[in-house]
Amino acid sequence: MANNDILVMIDHAEGSLDSTAAEILTAANGLAKQSGGEVLAALCSSDSGSLPQKIISLGASKVYTITSPVFNEINSDSLVKAYEAVIGNTSPKVVLFGRTLIARDTAPRLAFRVNSGFAQDCTSVEIDGDSVVLERPVYGGASVARVTFTGDFGVAVIKAKSYDAAIEDSSRSGEVIDLTDSAGDLTSRINLVDRQKVESEGIRLEDAGIVVSGGRGLGGPEPFDILQELATQLGGALGASRAACDAGWIPYAHQVGLTGKTVSADTYFAIAISGASQHLAGMSAVKNVIAINRDEEANIFKAANFGVVGDWEKVTTAFLNMVKELS
Amino acid sequence: MPINILVTAKQVLDPETPAGALKIDNDAKRMEAPGNVPPVVNGYDENAVEAALKIKEAVGGTVTVLSAGSGFVMDVIKKTLSMGSDELILVDDPSIIGLDAYGTAQVLSAAIKKAGDFDLILCGRQASDYDQATVPLGVAEILDIPPVTMAMGLTVNDSSASVARVMDDGNETVEVSLPALVTVSNEIGQPRYPNLRGIMAASKKQPTVWSLSDLGLDENAVQAKVEIKEIFVPVTETECEYIDGDDDEEKGRNLALKLREAKII
Ligand SMILES: Cc1cc2nc3c(=O)[nH]c(=O)nc-3n(C[C@H](O)[C@H](O)[C@H](O)COP(=O)(O)OP(=O)(O)OC[C@H]3O[C@@H](n4cnc5c(N)ncnc54)[C@H](O)[C@@H]3O)c2cc1C
Ligand SMILES: Nc1ncnc2c1ncn2[C@@H]1O[C@H](COP(=O)(O)O)[C@@H](O)[C@H]1O
Repeated sequence: MANNDILVMIDHAEGSLDSTAAEILTAANGLAKQSGGEVLAALCSSDSGSLPQKIISLGASKVYTITSPVFNEINSDSLVKAYEAVIGNTSPKVVLFGRTLIARDTAPRLAFRVNSGFAQDCTSVEIDGDSVVLERPVYGGASVARVTFTGDFGVAVIKAKSYDAAIEDSSRSGEVIDLTDSAGDLTSRINLVDRQKVESEGIRLEDAGIVVSGGRGLGGPEPFDILQELATQLGGALGASRAACDAGWIPYAHQVGLTGKTVSADTYFAIAISGASQHLAGMSAVKNVIAINRDEEANIFKAANFGVVGDWEKVTTAFLNMVKELS
Repeated sequence: MPINILVTAKQVLDPETPAGALKIDNDAKRMEAPGNVPPVVNGYDENAVEAALKIKEAVGGTVTVLSAGSGFVMDVIKKTLSMGSDELILVDDPSIIGLDAYGTAQVLSAAIKKAGDFDLILCGRQASDYDQATVPLGVAEILDIPPVTMAMGLTVNDSSASVARVMDDGNETVEVSLPALVTVSNEIGQPRYPNLRGIMAASKKQPTVWSLSDLGLDENAVQAKVEIKEIFVPVTETECEYIDGDDDEEKGRNLALKLREAKII
């Protein structure tokens, strides 16, 4: 039987919390106020260090820790067992995950294990009377579905940047409860062989204040050199549409959109990108969108604050030269 | 060692349909394309079929495609056969359209059990209608086999699979013993186009069709855990200011002046 508490599952790497952690703590605090319950957090790690204290200072009143060397290399097979143990010990009303790669695997598995409803990639979660109401983009972001859990308990993944990060307050106090013993055998059937990190030069796409993105209309890989030069000149990062990545013009790590990165930039240049809803899904929080496209009917202009109808190469090259002159 | 692969594939609304042309059917809680736009096989599921065919070419075995839904367009769903799969199973039942991920996973796993013994189950990373990326993980839980998501590369050797996965900041390679479930992403490469021989072979094949009761499932077994209350198009009110000029170069320069004036750059 579920009580009124809200449980957040905390993702972390290399001793720091994932940026989604503080965001879901904000969401959880809002829910706990509505439900009259507490904010609980779960942390699975090989060595929790100072993270539980940090989670408390971000607003959790209890942190459940499970500590095991298997979490040196986190995978969903081990994690789902640990989380199942936390749920068994807490019986929350709602479980929230931030949208990280590992959460997108672990959260649905957990829901199936504990026989509950599950909602992926939600942009909002609220309690309305007895039910939990969530909103999630569907059809590639062309529309939004408002959904509820039919039972009295459910699991949700919250899309990054849907909530402001909770502010740290070191005067907050809370309890740290170790559940390692109740987690049982955590061995995984999935074995990591090798991990290759692609080092991106300059600012991370997700963190950049300015993003310069190019699409299929660029016509080849070379134009990305011009876009990179512009991005560097503006102190920003280079992005791309999936069509440009699929064509092999630029690595997938640059893809912005539903199945790519979500950017948090203030300013976004969409150059020779048509503005498919799946692309817009990765840049919906941007304040200033600047579109350069030769087709005045292109959907990107519907999402743009400034638009130039014209050939990308002529417009962008002249723009870049003028930017250099002005700086 | 030859291996038997099952691929799940869903018939979906064509995601290339411009968003503005889609209509919301709030009784059925879904979006609909204009009547003349045919559905497609979910893109990632075609990637999964391609991955399965490559493994079959390498080590031998069979490729069976499984789809659950209603209102199948044979020319569309049979594309999985004309690409080169051996067999197509359709669970065709009007109630499937309204199922959530929980119910869909129940249906697919019951059909997989009925269809035979498979070493490897391949799915798309997500279906482009509700973008859930959930059903395969449910199937793996129900069948109690390990799931590996987001494959961009996949090889099998004897009793295990080696999977290269797309990560946020690079990629990783993991190994699982079979049977296992793997979801496939577009980074694995373009699916093949059916050739004439494939199309001819597919036209001679009849899919196996099952209903929910053939699978021993009733309403209770597939009851929704998540209910869609409403689908709506969010209102965005962005006013686009167009930058003018005598030619494209001048427009580019004027854009720079404008953005500087607005303190954006
Ligand atoms: C499940 C799913 C997930 C997806 N996820 C993503 C995602 O994460 N990110 C993403 O981007 N897409 C994604 N897509 C793909 C998306 O639907 C579109 O196909 C894609 O965004 C199109 O990329 P594009 O705008 O570069 O290409 P196009 O749509 O081909 O647009 C090219 C544009 O360039 C313009 N152009 C051509 N030549 C010139 C020129 N000389 N000067 C100026 N303009 C020119 C054209 O007018 C056109 O508007 C996804 C699709 C699916 C089904
Ligand atoms: N009704 C269905 N029939 C066959 N396969 C499906 C069905 N629903 C989902 N799948 C498979 O599960 C994947 C992910 O779907 P989803 O969880 O809905 O995003 C799809 O790419 C398909 O491979």
